[in-house]
Amino acid sequence: MSGEFGEEEQIEEQEGPAPSLAQIKHIILILSGKGGVGKSSVTTQAALTLCNMGYKVGVLDIDLTGPSLPRMFGLENRSIYQAAEGWLPVPVETNGVGSLSVISLGFLLGDRGNSVVWRGPKKTAMIKQFIKDVAWGQLDYLLIDTPPGTSDEHISIAEQLRFSEPDGAIVVTTPQSVATADVKKELNFCKKVALHILGVVENMSGFICPHCEECTNIFSSGGGLKLAEEFNVPYLGNVPIDPKFVELIENQTTADESLVESYGKSTLCPIFKDIMDKVLAQNRPARC
Amino acid sequence: MTTEVLPNVTSSTDQVLPPEYSLNEPEPEHCPGPESEMAGKADACQGCSNKDICESLPKGPDPDIPLITENLAGIKHKILVLSGKGGVGKSTFTTMLSWALSADEDLQVGAMDLDICGPSLPHMLGCTAEVVHESNSGWTPVYVADNLAAMSIQFMLPEDDSAVIWRGSKKNLLIKKFLKDVDWDYLDYLVVDTPPGTSDEHISINKYMQESGIDGALIVTTPQEVALLDVRKEIDFCKKAGINILGLVENMSGFVCPNCKGESQIFKATTGGGEALCKELDINFLGSVPLDPRIGKCSDFGESFLDAYPESPASLAVLNVVESLRDAVGDI
Repeated sequence: MSGEFGEEEQIEEQEGPAPSLAQIKHIILILSGKGGVGKSSVTTQAALTLCNMGYKVGVLDIDLTGPSLPRMFGLENRSIYQAAEGWLPVPVETNGVGSLSVISLGFLLGDRGNSVVWRGPKKTAMIKQFIKDVAWGQLDYLLIDTPPGTSDEHISIAEQLRFSEPDGAIVVTTPQSVATADVKKELNFCKKVALHILGVVENMSGFICPHCEECTNIFSSGGGLKLAEEFNVPYLGNVPIDPKFVELIENQTTADESLVESYGKSTLCPIFKDIMDKVLAQNRPARC
Repeated sequence: MTTEVLPNVTSSTDQVLPPEYSLNEPEPEHCPGPESEMAGKADACQGCSNKDICESLPKGPDPDIPLITENLAGIKHKILVLSGKGGVGKSTFTTMLSWALSADEDLQVGAMDLDICGPSLPHMLGCTAEVVHESNSGWTPVYVADNLAAMSIQFMLPEDDSAVIWRGSKKNLLIKKFLKDVDWDYLDYLVVDTPPGTSDEHISINKYMQESGIDGALIVTTPQEVALLDVRKEIDFCKKAGINILGLVENMSGFVCPNCKGESQIFKATTGGGEALCKELDINFLGSVPLDPRIGKCSDFGESFLDAYPESPASLAVLNVVESLRDAVGDI
């Protein structure tokens, strides 16, 4: 959009890849123009799936005003500690399969109900710090969960990763056209900042009634596939609404086994394995 | 005479624009804001290369605020639709609320879309193809019905799917224009749809509208704890910012299978849902709206769900909420 309000924001040029990301093989962003389509759920499931495959996974949450990942991974009330090499991400128990650690603003809040009322510059500074100061160590995959929109957080992360050669973005949508309309904007954003699109995932695609097994398309269906075809990007698959996932998340603190294990046994796991296989099959070059 | 507002026209001289300035570098972390009274004087300004620019900008109370207050003087009730979480139905609810209110021909209703990066309101009101016109009384909003006006950035985009890649400061300028330069005329209700979060849009709308008076906020949530977590933050923001909370509505609570009529909780309220949150934080609970797949369809086609399926339990629930809301602003 140009005109009265000027051109698009300038993407600030960065000097080179951030040293803190030097030992990370692949960086994947999870994006969507629309809120509440399941970016954090997809990030969580992608992380659990990769972890179950035996990879070392890190997850960075740059949704600063609505961080959901601490709750997703059962890490509420945990804190980030400072070590000589930088901020230490909060580890998730995996019982020896792969490894999983998380950074989120949620860990920096005193009370879980506290709001973070920040304008753009402060959000930008926080994201810069998350990219520069976290000691991720060696990772196979770093997944970055984002807030909805194409604003401060997105411009900032694009700036910060400018020379860090991320693999690209997984774009999440729900099937209805109100959602795909916003997601189209996000795809255009990716083009503008030259971020490779790994593919589109359609989330909340149908609900299987637990009483009669009938599948109802609550938010209609097929929108994701149509979107992928229109923009000529890979379609990674659709994920149905499964209340069991929410239960899995909510019960993890009281369950006997770790979330990684219980997810590995759930019915959603094969669906996500399929999606992640499609991403991995693209064989994006490793960064190190 | 009216002229179309084209995105490519350069700013005309008769428009009062905020001071034009460009910064040498992005604002630092503790920047007091280039337009604040502390600009150029705060601790963070020392050593910042923008110091001189900020110092030279006009200071004091924002001269636009009285203009905004004057422009909004003919609006009786102003309601913000808020939620910390995305995709819980803020726009859907704003749409249904606008339609429900405008069903009364004696009421003039306005719907304003503050979601700059992901505007959904025009889609749901079925007016995406419209454009905003400019006349000597300001920007004329798009009229969806005789008594229902709408304003959104979507009406100004060159393409339907153009990305609006703007930082907060630029979004603030547009929000200001929506309040100051849109010819809202006389309205009984102005319903403001907001994006998720607690950032620039939310701080700005409160700052700009404080003097003209906001009746309060309607908070929308879904039942699961992951959503409630973000909604708590929004409520905390309202308290900090001094925004009155009119009430909370729980959306997408419960789903009735069209095949077997069995009920299931798609977004399970493991912590008691919206009602328990309201009790905990002493907020007025306005009711729950069940999930009806036809709502999504109507939104996609820009049709009024309340008109199309008046018998649906969801319609009845929405109308109940609207009733309590009118009660809360002292209209009935």
